[in-house]
Amino acid sequence: MIVLNRLSKIFGKTRSLDDVSITLHRGDAIALMGANGAGKTTLVRLILGYYHPSSGTVRIEGRDPIKERMNILDQVSFVPQLPPPIKLSLKELMTYICKSSGVDEARIVHYANEMKLDIAPNLHKSFFKLSGGMKQKLLIAISLAKESRIMIYDEPTANLDPKARDDFYRLLRENEQDKLALFVTHRIEEVASLVNRKIYMDLGKVVSDEIC
Amino acid sequence: MNHLLLIAYLDLKESIRANWFIIYSLVFGGLIALFFIAGITESQVMGFSGLSRLLLMYIQVTIVILPIFILITTVRSISGDRDSHILEYMLSFPISLQQYYWGKVFGRFITVFLPVFMAMIVAVVYGIFQGAEVPWGVLFLYTGLLFSMSSAFLGIAFFISSLVKSSEMALGIAFFVWIVLLAFIDIALIGLMLQNRMSEGLIIAIALLNPMEVFRVAAISLFDPELTVIGPVAFYILDLFSQGIFVLLSILYPIIIGIVFAWAGYRIFSRNDLV
Repeated sequence: MIVLNRLSKIFGKTRSLDDVSITLHRGDAIALMGANGAGKTTLVRLILGYYHPSSGTVRIEGRDPIKERMNILDQVSFVPQLPPPIKLSLKELMTYICKSSGVDEARIVHYANEMKLDIAPNLHKSFFKLSGGMKQKLLIAISLAKESRIMIYDEPTANLDPKARDDFYRLLRENEQDKLALFVTHRIEEVASLVNRKIYMDLGKVVSDEIC
Repeated sequence: MNHLLLIAYLDLKESIRANWFIIYSLVFGGLIALFFIAGITESQVMGFSGLSRLLLMYIQVTIVILPIFILITTVRSISGDRDSHILEYMLSFPISLQQYYWGKVFGRFITVFLPVFMAMIVAVVYGIFQGAEVPWGVLFLYTGLLFSMSSAFLGIAFFISSLVKSSEMALGIAFFVWIVLLAFIDIALIGLMLQNRMSEGLIIAIALLNPMEVFRVAAISLFDPELTVIGPVAFYILDLFSQGIFVLLSILYPIIIGIVFAWAGYRIFSRNDLV
């Protein structure tokens, strides 16, 4: 369970998040929506413990994600909107993930295969030299292989073709039981079949929170 | 500890493949090759000959280019990863900030120190085959000085990298730090000496707070223990310390600077917003 209590984040003179209080439960699949600058990314970064709140608190299973980041991140999978230009080879990146998170490499390969990404011929290639779609597929495979209780996807299908999107949705349905899934998206129609809750943000505030 | 070594190993592997590392290695390797081709080991100037002369030339060049190479390649280590959102992804895994940061420092230190050290070793091996006498004592102490200067600038670079959010700004600050330490302090001190007749002791103390200056004077003292080439300042230094103590302090002081700056960088990195 994630509890945000009167959470605000201010950068200079800009209030990116303004007194937000929401509770996200296990079993929730949430679409987090809003225009650019609404505060969605700030909210996700506060949950991941990247930002220190200007006021208010974030608690994940009762814990502070900054003070107990390792315990919290052990339970979280995150896929960013744009795959970062990591220079490590696929093998090295997988080594980092397997050793830091205790993920079984065979599971990454399994989910990559499910996403129609053949890792073997690209194993020694730099991650950033893969195509946008291949990078996104690998990040999705890693997020699923990690078997986290909290899954955070920031526009996860932005680089995927329709077939890969279908694969992604299928894998999510198979894996979302008893988990908390948070989808940051501009297009509700893409995740409409997956979510049971829609949160709209604007100017740093939650303007609507619907159960569907 | 395992994660620290993992980060260091991955940073090392990533750096070795980078273009900057190839250029960096070629510069130092090329310099040594150039010295041999130019016949520096066979020449004799002011009593220095053979490998001693080559090492003296190498010192002159490393004073100028080693700090700027370390600063510009390292200063983007954290800030560049932050800019490109690599940090956001890599830190979404359960790895402690302490191990991530110090793993990066450790990996980068090996990357920047090894080519400089190896170039010198190649020179020595080549010199031995040429029948030159190897100044082992000088070589050992000079390695210590290189190690400590690399530590100082690596620490400063990580501090800047943690402090500044954008890699462009970090590069600008790195260049500014380099030019200040390389030339500006000297110019300013000479100006002060001429205009205000300040205490010589104070001016020399300020000069010796500069790790680049400490490296320069200590390296010269390896070849010229009386420091005759730096003029009257030598009296102050040698009256205050013996040559052996001065070299030892010249090795320890930049290492302490490096550790203090790297530690301050870690405090900033771990206590502020990460991305």
